[in-house]
Amino acid sequence: MAQERVEFPITGKITSVNVSQGSVVQEGDVICLLESMKMENPILAPVGGTIAEINLSQGQVVEAGGLVAIIEY
Amino acid sequence: MLGFFQTGFSELTWGSGVMLVIGLVLLYLGIAKKMEPLLLVPIGFGVILANLPLAGLMETMVEGKVVESYVLEGEPIGLVARIFRYGIATEIIPCFIFLGLGAMTDFGPLIANPKTLILGAGAQFGVYFAFFIALLIGSAFPDVVKIGIEEAASIGIIGGADGPTTIYLTNRLAPHFIGATAVAAYTYMALVPIIQPPVIKLLTTKKERAIYMKPQLRPVSKTEKILFPLIGAFVIILLVPKSAPLIGMFMLGNLLKESRVTERLADTAANAFMNILTILLGLSVGSFMSAGTFLKVESLLVFALGCAAFAASTGFGVVLAKLMNLFSKEKINPMIGAAGVSAVPMSARVVQKMGQEANPRNFLLMHAMGPNIAGVIGTATAAGIFLGMVG
Repeated sequence: MAQERVEFPITGKITSVNVSQGSVVQEGDVICLLESMKMENPILAPVGGTIAEINLSQGQVVEAGGLVAIIEY
Repeated sequence: MLGFFQTGFSELTWGSGVMLVIGLVLLYLGIAKKMEPLLLVPIGFGVILANLPLAGLMETMVEGKVVESYVLEGEPIGLVARIFRYGIATEIIPCFIFLGLGAMTDFGPLIANPKTLILGAGAQFGVYFAFFIALLIGSAFPDVVKIGIEEAASIGIIGGADGPTTIYLTNRLAPHFIGATAVAAYTYMALVPIIQPPVIKLLTTKKERAIYMKPQLRPVSKTEKILFPLIGAFVIILLVPKSAPLIGMFMLGNLLKESRVTERLADTAANAFMNILTILLGLSVGSFMSAGTFLKVESLLVFALGCAAFAASTGFGVVLAKLMNLFSKEKINPMIGAAGVSAVPMSARVVQKMGQEANPRNFLLMHAMGPNIAGVIGTATAAGIFLGMVG
């Protein structure tokens, strides 16, 4: 099984988390919404697979380069 | 005495009826569709106020007689006529809006990737493209439309999709066009997500749209951010002196923000002051759209050519980005060229969305912000060039 580490491209605030650990995602599915620069930006799954690790909560402030999730595929 | 009391009903004409409907449409777009509500709501209401007969908001005094519509040479009497004369015709409001925009702008993405400055300049080709088309139409059909160099420049600048710059330039060159060009510019700013994607798709392949760019830009230091507005003001104003009112205010606003010692001023410029100016600007621009000044063939032409200018600006930006790719090793996603128009951040947002659609790994927002901010500088500079040419 390969793993892919998804990172936040920019700093912002989480407005919603759409998946949880164990969720199965397709490439392009929304993992979470990140509010940054007064805009809501979806963070998408770069590959299809299973969410092996995710630790985000609504309202959390995240840094660019921080971990969104680890996807196993 | 009672004989003097007159209601407005008998004075309603088909022209004012059409304008009232236009006003309601603008309000609908602003309130129900949330298209640029901060601007379209005051503009739409202004249109309604200006076209309710006998209300006299745009009254001016010409040679001792009161005229119901705004006359450029007259003395303003009506409430909005005064706001327009002392705020817009004097250029105070559009220039101070640039102060607020400067205080809201983060030049970081542009400083991190200065190449994007070229894209912001490239998109201004659309402005000149529409300028020449308007000039051609004006000289081909001189009996139908009256379009000279001044009017053509005011139409062309719409391509930059920058409201205050459009108002500033039109006021200088072709003040009778100001209602049409201002509304066109703000409408196209709101229509960015509808006009840009088809143009971008036409000029790029799916593979090009999927070009991956590393999300993080290099960190930009505080010193760089302080120096940028200073050096920017120096260089641009020396190159294009007539751009000084817009660029000067823009860079001052940015310095207020980036110096970090004038946070109170930056906060007021970006929020309270900006809001006050927006109300005055929206109301007076809307009120300028009375049936007499707006319902003309020229207004239709302003809208049609304005749209062409905006589409052309988008296209030139994309083509220029593709051209840059021919000469550089690290490929950029050509879509970020489309963000070279100055509709911040709508345009960057469109590019971000399309980038993600083509490749879910892509996050082009910050890359697109560079040309987007450069586009603001570019459009203001293009206005300065026009003023230097014909003003």
